[in-house]
Amino acid sequence: MPYKLNVNGRSTTVDVPADMPLLWAIRDVLNLHGTKFGCGIGQCGACTVHLNGQPVRSCLTPVSAVGNQPITTIEGLSADGTHPAQVAWLELDVPQCGYCQAGQIMSAAALLAKNAKPTDKDIDSAMNGNLCRCGTYLRIRQAVHKAAQLASTASTKKPTSAPDGQPRQNQ
Amino acid sequence: MRIDRRSFLRVSAFGGGGVLLGLYAPNVKAQGRGGPQVLPDPHAFIRVAADGTVTIVAKNPELGQGVKNMLPMLIAEELDVDWKSIKIEQADLDTTKYTGQSAGGSTATPMNWTPMRQVGAAGRSLFVTAAAQTWSVPESECATASGHVRHAASNRSLGYGELAAKVATLPAPSLDSLKLKDPKDYKIIGHSTTGVEVHSIVTGKPIFAIDVRMPGMLCAVYEKCGVLGGKVVSSNIEEIKKMPGVRHAFVVERPDITNVVVGDPGLESGIAIVADNWWLAQSARKKLQVTWNEGPRANQSSEDFAKRADEMSKMPPQRTIRQDGDPDAAFQSAAKVVEAAYSYPFIAHAPLEPQGATAHYKDGKLEIWTNSQQPASGRRQVSQTTGVAETDITLHFVRGGGGFGRRLTNDYMIEAAYIAKEVGVPVKLLWSREDDMAHDYYRPGGFQYLKGGVDASGKVVAWRNHFISYGEVPAAAAEPPRFVSSGAMNATEFPQRFVPNYALHTSLQPLGIRTGALRAPSSNAFAFVIQQFIDELAHAAGKDPVQFRLELLSSGMVPTEPAPAGRGGRGGGAPPGLNPDRMKAVVRLVAEKSNWGKRTLPKGTGMGVAFHFSHSGHFAHVAEVRVDGNKIKVNKIWVAADVGSHIINPAAAENICQGGVIDGLSEMMGQEITVEKGRVVQTNYNQHTMVRLAQAPPEIQVDFLLNQDFTPTGLGEPALPPALPAVANAIFAASGKRVRTLPLSKSGYSWA
Repeated sequence: MPYKLNVNGRSTTVDVPADMPLLWAIRDVLNLHGTKFGCGIGQCGACTVHLNGQPVRSCLTPVSAVGNQPITTIEGLSADGTHPAQVAWLELDVPQCGYCQAGQIMSAAALLAKNAKPTDKDIDSAMNGNLCRCGTYLRIRQAVHKAAQLASTASTKKPTSAPDGQPRQNQ
Repeated sequence: MRIDRRSFLRVSAFGGGGVLLGLYAPNVKAQGRGGPQVLPDPHAFIRVAADGTVTIVAKNPELGQGVKNMLPMLIAEELDVDWKSIKIEQADLDTTKYTGQSAGGSTATPMNWTPMRQVGAAGRSLFVTAAAQTWSVPESECATASGHVRHAASNRSLGYGELAAKVATLPAPSLDSLKLKDPKDYKIIGHSTTGVEVHSIVTGKPIFAIDVRMPGMLCAVYEKCGVLGGKVVSSNIEEIKKMPGVRHAFVVERPDITNVVVGDPGLESGIAIVADNWWLAQSARKKLQVTWNEGPRANQSSEDFAKRADEMSKMPPQRTIRQDGDPDAAFQSAAKVVEAAYSYPFIAHAPLEPQGATAHYKDGKLEIWTNSQQPASGRRQVSQTTGVAETDITLHFVRGGGGFGRRLTNDYMIEAAYIAKEVGVPVKLLWSREDDMAHDYYRPGGFQYLKGGVDASGKVVAWRNHFISYGEVPAAAAEPPRFVSSGAMNATEFPQRFVPNYALHTSLQPLGIRTGALRAPSSNAFAFVIQQFIDELAHAAGKDPVQFRLELLSSGMVPTEPAPAGRGGRGGGAPPGLNPDRMKAVVRLVAEKSNWGKRTLPKGTGMGVAFHFSHSGHFAHVAEVRVDGNKIKVNKIWVAADVGSHIINPAAAENICQGGVIDGLSEMMGQEITVEKGRVVQTNYNQHTMVRLAQAPPEIQVDFLLNQDFTPTGLGEPALPPALPAVANAIFAASGKRVRTLPLSKSGYSWA
């Protein structure tokens, strides 16, 4: 049945079963592929998106439970990769395979939104639900600190939400 | 540097005034100690457009090992272009042009170190020739930098783009005329470059195999029996076909798997469900009811494997793989004798991106998008299974979300191709995590019963290992034992040749699950056993573990065989290649960096050391660990490594070594695959756990010895194996408890 979703600032309708996880509506119906499928049981965090600013596991969130809460995916975190977490991840060359990193960044961005200067402990607890199979954790921790630093030194310029969340075609 | 004289270059025009350079080499033999140098044959690596745009082709699949940076860095360095100015393009599979298009065995660096630099140097030489001819000046007066040729005396300069049309008319230089740069002039090699796809990763671009999308594409799932070789007897497939969004559902019949050592069965029997999107396919699958004929493997269990291993340990070994000297006599006369039994379980690879591939069958041809680590053999299997000729199968490489050896086998790609051929439209097959856990090529478990003896001076005089693994021992003594994949121990496994009386025996039991190579195959388990048992002997001898190791490595046995030339893929350890001087140097370095023996540690905290040679890399680790009851905290790990003269991309190298250590800690604490009623019990990450951020050591310090006597070798694997014994030895130092069974959770331990 049709559900109205607000994804990355755009209103859109998806016609899917009520129990379809938000992850699959985002990936297979809206064709936003940045959000990843890793486990399907909320263990790995690769599917993390923001629902009303809160990090949630989209693999466990049925479309029918979303309502009119705004959804932000990695594609909508900034228009052009300028969110401090994205910049920090790039500057520190965090990824190896990179598959978990969209989820890591979404968790980090949610943490930074409510805690401008997180300690190691804050980071450990906020990011502990995101697995990295390649083991880039030391850089992830560094990158969250770096992002906090970038955010605090940045001018008043705020990241804009993406006007167009369409990814480029792979082929 | 020796260059095969039969190698030659080909230059051809491309686009409007562009040039394309290919390096053609029939076969270049191993060059000295660094490793085999096999030139890709032939392939265009460099394209220079008239506007000066330089495109460098990365030929190998990228799954997070950083090869999409590393190979182009080698070319760009010698071509003398600015790293930031170039474009990098991923190659497709083309065995008529390329060699070594795979990801495994930490081989990309040793195999490509020389040929990729030659490609770049050949390009630079051509641009110099073109400029010199244009200006009518001697080539020796021309210099290159940043994609330009410059003639200082006349203060003239031409960009590579401006010279491209002329280069396209030039004969290629002979490879032996090429001069490679003096390493002191390197501007790219040895300087960190950010991963070429990191911007796409952090902005969520669809660059992974799972992200492939095509017009009219359907999504597929594939249900197989939990027991290997099980077959569909009956099912409610007609009902499934009527489920929402389902377009196709069909049974795939396959021949029986009859080999005792199952190897790689390729496509297995099962039921394919193809729907409009993945969730619909998966939802329909949840309603699937299948009666399976589970076949002969339904009775096996981990409990029985362990029971049988225990029985075998008390019987004479089925085979002796190697014997040096007279271990029995040496044990008789040894001052101290230690015996210990070690074991480790099956474990899964579980890369974060689940297995999957996209395939399209049209007009008798197959096009496949894959993250395979071994695409060439995958294409061969696809051809055998579908009947489509290899020449009619195109394979595109798409970034993989981790590999770790899982994607060396191509079962999921074959499934995708088979299903696509049946339905005739583009199909993306995707496994669930549960599929992945149930149908891996697992790291084989094993059991090692060790006996070691030291003399009164503390020297190791005898070593015996009864290695109990899986496979089949033929009745005929002349026939070698048939081990399951990755279940063998090399006859020269360490400490062979460092101990005068050495015996390696084996006994094998049959196994009905698939096994395969997991990052640092064999080594990932053997180091845990061998480097702990060495510690046990050190304590028996009353010696410091670092000193004891240095003495063992100095025991005067010289290598009788040449180094395994950079491959080292099989059997992990490839021990003939272990160079005692290189290993002693890294042991000394790690001791120095960690202040070994000089620090006062709080009660309950201890340090452990371990070294291991695998995949041509010499690695030694020290771990500092706090043990509080059954809670373990790894405070810090020091890594010292010798992988040759250069670290090509230092930041990436550090990252992958740290990741290898963390991977080892995951294997150590929480990973075990068990079998009951013939099927794997664990279903997801909650039952086969990985280290999480808060559990990772806060610090992992990596130091490289840049050993100028050896050319560079790979880093994907060798940093992992010593992590486990270093931590285990530290646990012993901290608590007096020796943990000989993996994973540690089995003994009640957990991360603090």
